[in-house]
Amino acid sequence: MNRTAREAVGLIAQRELTMRLRSRAFRITLVLMVLMVVGMNIALHLAHNSGPSIIRIGLLRQDTALSAPLQAADRNVAAVTVPDLASGQSDVRKGTLAAFVRSGPDGLAVTVAKTLDPTLGGALTTVARERALAAQIIRLGGDPVLVARAAGAATVHVTSLQPPAPARDQQRLIFGIVVRLLLYLTFMICGPLIAQGVVEEKSSRVVELLLATVRPWQLMVGKVLGTGALGLLQIVVVGGAGLISARLARTLTLPLSGSLGTLAWSLAWFLAGFALFSLLFAAAGSLVSRQEDLSGVQFPVLAPIIIAWVLGISTLPGHPDSGLVAALSMVPFFAPVLMPMRIALGTAPVWQAFTALGLTLLLAFLMVRLASRIYRNSVLRSGARVTWREALRAA
Amino acid sequence: MGHRRLEVDGVSKRYGETVALDAMTFDVHAGEIFGFVGSNGAGKTTTMRIALGVLAADAGEVRWDGAPVTHRTRNRIGYMPEERGLYPRMRAGEQLEYLARLHGLSRSEASRATRQWTERLGVASRIGDEVQKLSLGNQQRVQLAAALVHDPEILVLDEPFSGLDPVAVDVMSQVLRDKADAGVPVIFSSHQLELVERLCDRVGIVRSGAMVACGAVGELRSGGAERILVDAPQAPPGWAAGLPGVTVVGDATGPTLLELAPGADDQAVLRAALATGPVREFARRLPSLTDLFRHVVSNEHTEHTEHVEDTGGTAA
Ligand SMILES: Nc1ncnc2c1ncn2[C@@H]1O[C@H](COP(=O)(O)OP(=O)(O)OP(=O)(O)O)[C@@H](O)[C@H]1O
Ligand SMILES: [Mg+2]
Repeated sequence: MNRTAREAVGLIAQRELTMRLRSRAFRITLVLMVLMVVGMNIALHLAHNSGPSIIRIGLLRQDTALSAPLQAADRNVAAVTVPDLASGQSDVRKGTLAAFVRSGPDGLAVTVAKTLDPTLGGALTTVARERALAAQIIRLGGDPVLVARAAGAATVHVTSLQPPAPARDQQRLIFGIVVRLLLYLTFMICGPLIAQGVVEEKSSRVVELLLATVRPWQLMVGKVLGTGALGLLQIVVVGGAGLISARLARTLTLPLSGSLGTLAWSLAWFLAGFALFSLLFAAAGSLVSRQEDLSGVQFPVLAPIIIAWVLGISTLPGHPDSGLVAALSMVPFFAPVLMPMRIALGTAPVWQAFTALGLTLLLAFLMVRLASRIYRNSVLRSGARVTWREALRAA
Repeated sequence: MGHRRLEVDGVSKRYGETVALDAMTFDVHAGEIFGFVGSNGAGKTTTMRIALGVLAADAGEVRWDGAPVTHRTRNRIGYMPEERGLYPRMRAGEQLEYLARLHGLSRSEASRATRQWTERLGVASRIGDEVQKLSLGNQQRVQLAAALVHDPEILVLDEPFSGLDPVAVDVMSQVLRDKADAGVPVIFSSHQLELVERLCDRVGIVRSGAMVACGAVGELRSGGAERILVDAPQAPPGWAAGLPGVTVVGDATGPTLLELAPGADDQAVLRAALATGPVREFARRLPSLTDLFRHVVSNEHTEHTEHVEDTGGTAA
């Protein structure tokens, strides 16, 4: 590329990016995606931390000493002081208190509306037993505090022969899926955007003015680069929002250094896949002159992406070693979606990962010429849809 | 400056069976306005597209200043396509700056030129509006600005006057004149022949993809058959019918328009007219461009057949 060509491609890419950033549709999509990842993290956070709610119990003034051991037995118990028996009972009836507790001659007496909450029951039993025990220890001349300390120091050592999967592995799986989903959505959003941009230039006829000063391939490559930058920006914004909210909501606690590999591979596959597919989308767009005709011509380009995604997401979690997926992940049109999934699961040997990446890049490189040819042959032909075959053949 | 030329030399183009251009040849000198006329489908747009490299020719060459037009040269051509086209959702000013920069202008040059041309063409106040929100005529003005904004060395405009109001036509005419005076070869196509006659230094008439008449407007007009307008109020209808070498072009009521074959005697016509009574007017009339055009086009059918035989002959 000489200087003027580079400048032209740069200008085209820049226009593409700024116009897209300004479009309402893009901004709405971006906001929705950010809300989606943040919302998901908030939902996960709530699901994890919405333990049993606070249990309010009423105590008489002379029993306030009970409140500390009760809370020690159950963190969710909150004790309030009530003036007398009658008001304690009426509060329970009204529902403002879950239970009214008094110390009786042998243990504790508790008043509830219907049934005693089992966790509260457990806590009360523990406290009642401790009190009985302490009384006996004092009677025998011992010190209940010392006994309690000795009892507390005794622990159980657990040796598991097969350590259970830590929660982090599940996090890693979800993290991987979210990264994949983000890349998949970016393909699915940016590809059609490119095709749509090409059709816009055709249908508004501005393409003739442009082609009087830049070459078809410059126009195509500029559009692809501009939209690619948009895609990366989208990934960074949505991914960043997801990461920050996940950290804040503590849904993602594993150290990121462990995921750097996944992220690097994801980026490499995004770039390779984007190069391959976006050129095809540009070529597809050049075949038609009206937005309405677009879905028909871009279907063959969308199909392998969708097939690979559905196959991967439905097969790999259950059968990470699926032979079909392994074979398809080596085929360039499916590799950009399937191979990173296999890499994340650790089922792809390194040689396979690099071979598939090499093949995809090679095909993308060949695609520059092929797509340029299709684009050049059809971008000035307005009116009826140009078939793939015609576009390839025409000189 | 004056000797630089844009030459279209033997350019041919076919679309399947249709011959769009058949060895189209003409040239436009720096500093002159060249009017490109011809009936619908004659090949004007195809010629211009080939000159701009938007289409590839099957044969022939387009040269500027003696050298074949390359991608580099094309960056210095200002082009107004027949199918008007700008990004509908981009602001007019931004769009002009973008196009100027695609043609190699720096950012500051581009914004200065945008301001200058939108002011000149009377759309400066619409610079911040999306193109799709402008009226058709204003879109047309922006389109013209797009052809001018990079200070082109050559102007190629396909039907630049269609859709303009009379004021805009005047502004546009003046712009073309100024550009030509600055040494730019200006070529434009149009179906408004009076305008072409008034504005152009030279005119080319195209038929079926080939140039059939090309030259200065005055030259072309005087090159046609001689015409005489005779106002003899008392002359009976058909008074001139028998005169040798004279064809009656029109004598509905009032003055009679006669066409004289080469060598016919105009004095004999005058004598015949005087014989009928008083003669108020006896004047030589050059055919208008419209007349020439009609003449060329009406011959189309007969000559077109010859033409096809011709090409067949060469091919055999
Ligand atoms: N894309 C195309 N496919 C097939 N034939 C075409 C195409 N473009 C032009 N032609 C044919 O080429 C010939 C010349 O067309 P062109 O558009 O150059 O004419 P024109 O002189 O510009 O006419 P008009 O005054 O109507 O604009 C016509 O016969 C037309 O039908
Ligand atoms: Mg035309």
